[in-house]
Amino acid sequence: MTTPATGAHAQAGSHGHEPGHHEVSFFHKYLWSTDHKMIAMQYLFTGTALALIGGYLAYVFRMQLAFPGHDVPGYGLVTPNRYNSLVTMHGSIMIFWVAMPVLVAAFGNFLIPLMIGCDDMVFPRINRLSYQVFLVSAIILLASFFVHGGAFGGAWTSYPPLSAKGVYNLTPIGASLWLVAVALEFVAFLLGGINFIVTTMNGRAPGMRMWDIPVVVWMIVIASVLFMASVGPLIAGAVMLFFDQRLGTAFFDPGRGGDPLLWQHLFWFFGHPEVYVVLLPALGMVAEIMAVFARKKLFGYRTILYTTWATGILSFVVWAHHQFIAGIDPRMANVFTITTLLISVPITEMIFVYIATLYGGSIQFTTPMLWALSFVAEFLIGGVTGIFLGASGADIYFHDTYFVVAHFHYTFFPSAIIGMFAGLTFWYPKMFGRMLNETLGKIHFWGTIIAFNVIFIPLFITGAAGDQRRIYNYALFSEQERPGLQHLRELSTIGVIVLLAFQVFFLFNFFWSLRHGERASENPWLSNTLEWTVPSPPPHGNFAELPTVYRGPYEYATPGRKEDYWPQNAPITPIEEGAL
Amino acid sequence: MSAPARSIANLRSVTGIPTARLVTWWVIASEMFIFGGLLASYVMHRLAHPEWAIAASNTNTKAGAFNTFVLLTSSLFAVLAHKAADAEDGKGAAKYLRLTALGGFLFLIVKGFEWTHEIREGFVLASGGFWSFYYTVAGLHALHVLAGAIIMLIFAVDAAKNVNLPRVQCIGLYWHFVDIIWIFLFPLLYIAK
Repeated sequence: MTTPATGAHAQAGSHGHEPGHHEVSFFHKYLWSTDHKMIAMQYLFTGTALALIGGYLAYVFRMQLAFPGHDVPGYGLVTPNRYNSLVTMHGSIMIFWVAMPVLVAAFGNFLIPLMIGCDDMVFPRINRLSYQVFLVSAIILLASFFVHGGAFGGAWTSYPPLSAKGVYNLTPIGASLWLVAVALEFVAFLLGGINFIVTTMNGRAPGMRMWDIPVVVWMIVIASVLFMASVGPLIAGAVMLFFDQRLGTAFFDPGRGGDPLLWQHLFWFFGHPEVYVVLLPALGMVAEIMAVFARKKLFGYRTILYTTWATGILSFVVWAHHQFIAGIDPRMANVFTITTLLISVPITEMIFVYIATLYGGSIQFTTPMLWALSFVAEFLIGGVTGIFLGASGADIYFHDTYFVVAHFHYTFFPSAIIGMFAGLTFWYPKMFGRMLNETLGKIHFWGTIIAFNVIFIPLFITGAAGDQRRIYNYALFSEQERPGLQHLRELSTIGVIVLLAFQVFFLFNFFWSLRHGERASENPWLSNTLEWTVPSPPPHGNFAELPTVYRGPYEYATPGRKEDYWPQNAPITPIEEGAL
Repeated sequence: MSAPARSIANLRSVTGIPTARLVTWWVIASEMFIFGGLLASYVMHRLAHPEWAIAASNTNTKAGAFNTFVLLTSSLFAVLAHKAADAEDGKGAAKYLRLTALGGFLFLIVKGFEWTHEIREGFVLASGGFWSFYYTVAGLHALHVLAGAIIMLIFAVDAAKNVNLPRVQCIGLYWHFVDIIWIFLFPLLYIAK
């Protein structure tokens, strides 16, 4: 994407070639680059490749649930043990190796330096190390499919004693590789996240005050802070569980003075803030897109930030709502019910702020805008169904049913997948210098959104009827069989196949437009933020002349101005001063 | 491969805090959560298992106290190194950095004797809840001591040439943090019977 022709990077790249020779090798350009845009591309392509793998796994186990016992086309027979591996790896991959790298790392890397007006991260080589550690973690995870016993089959939450003993989970090697991969992945995002935080704190362009930072940058930074503060105990927990598996320690072994509940606390102390780590960057991107395509100033910029901080802080005191039936004290359950219901207040406020931004705007229904609008609509369903699960009384009934599965897919799918497509379709012109095809984009949008609802609305119904999750074949359990629900399980599987099929439109659009798309100008969406003031794609070093910032990022349709947008770096001319 | 030039972002300092020091604080913050999770887990278990006091009575409190003294003394040298670096005295900073690292290594040697003794007596990682925590928490801390001491020796080479002197303060901050972790570990693992 970038051809470093000048500066120290070319020096570094041409090391070992004859002097003056500026061609950089494939290795240096694509695997050893310190350029934040190239690292963003590395994260983006690795993350989307893993998304396809995660989608394939979902296809295989949904086929097994719809047509149990039959060979799945493209996979073969799903044995009970394989089924456990499939669901475990689907969950792990989609959250740790898709949502995190794409939303936080790829967009964080691409957007932060461009949006705050500097040339790169504060620590470019730490940034490179972050991706390399991440890549190793992804390779270890994928390798675990091929070891004896297969990939880890103890569910993505990895509760001991199931996860601690090979005799229970039947995948002893896979279980340890899973822990190593997860721990490395955490280290990678700690390195990346601290880089994001410090870059935004210290590397901003002159004139960019705290309240001039675009919302998406704020959100990624807040997400990095939440990640940093929540992941530490789980890193410790991963080491403890690994020792329990391999060295015979007794951290989670109740027979020898340990406590399996400890893992649940460590896991969900991370796991719940993690929901917001993934959600916040998507919310930020949606805010950017809505302001641009409503051609209106973002409503309540500061309110959004206050509510984000409130959500972030509250997210640390809700984790035990995942453990209502794990034997915790009912009085504690009451406390966590209250905090869980409280956290819906700031999120609801944020949704209202977005709707207020749309109100009275000149809305353009471009593909990114459709994704942004669908994000709000679909996430709303996830939020509303969460109320049922946050209330401990209802949760006792719903726990571990497909209702839970449907609920968290209505929160994670909007964040990870809809957010990703919103961001990709919006910033594609900046990333690759070409426009995406709008018709193909809209076909892909409608196909994906409708199919998504076809998958998960039936699962709310089967879950409410009592279908337990993590069951490999309902026909084998008389109390779980419910033949009347089989057509809903099949409908959900058809949704998965349709959803995956529609991704072909996106992949074709993506790669076709790389070569044949209309060339993108510097600012195709007439947006205000700094990344739209540089050529598409931005050259190495981003800005020919580093910008100075004069105003906030959402000055659309300012009365008295000829254009309806006002770039952050445009100085006020005397004529404008008179007009305003 | 030669190092890329510093990014312009790296040279900026919007908050007024030098970037290197700012990032050191963030690293320390993230480490606090790692140790915090471990120690909170340990304390909760310890409260639920009064019988762990019997296991804890086998730890060598005197060796632990000596190590506390060693680490605190090394932190004094870290402060002196920072003072020397502020006064642009690279040679002095290098000398104090090496003394700090020496304290770190002495700490590890004492720890080695302690652990050898305990393992010979049959108290190993898998001997039960207390020992699992004891070796894991203290082991993680010892890894931090080792890493800090090695980094100090590397920084001392530069400091002796009057290069990269602001780094001396950053590694000093990290060293104080490692020291403070020990201040928590010593009473929790050794003294509480």
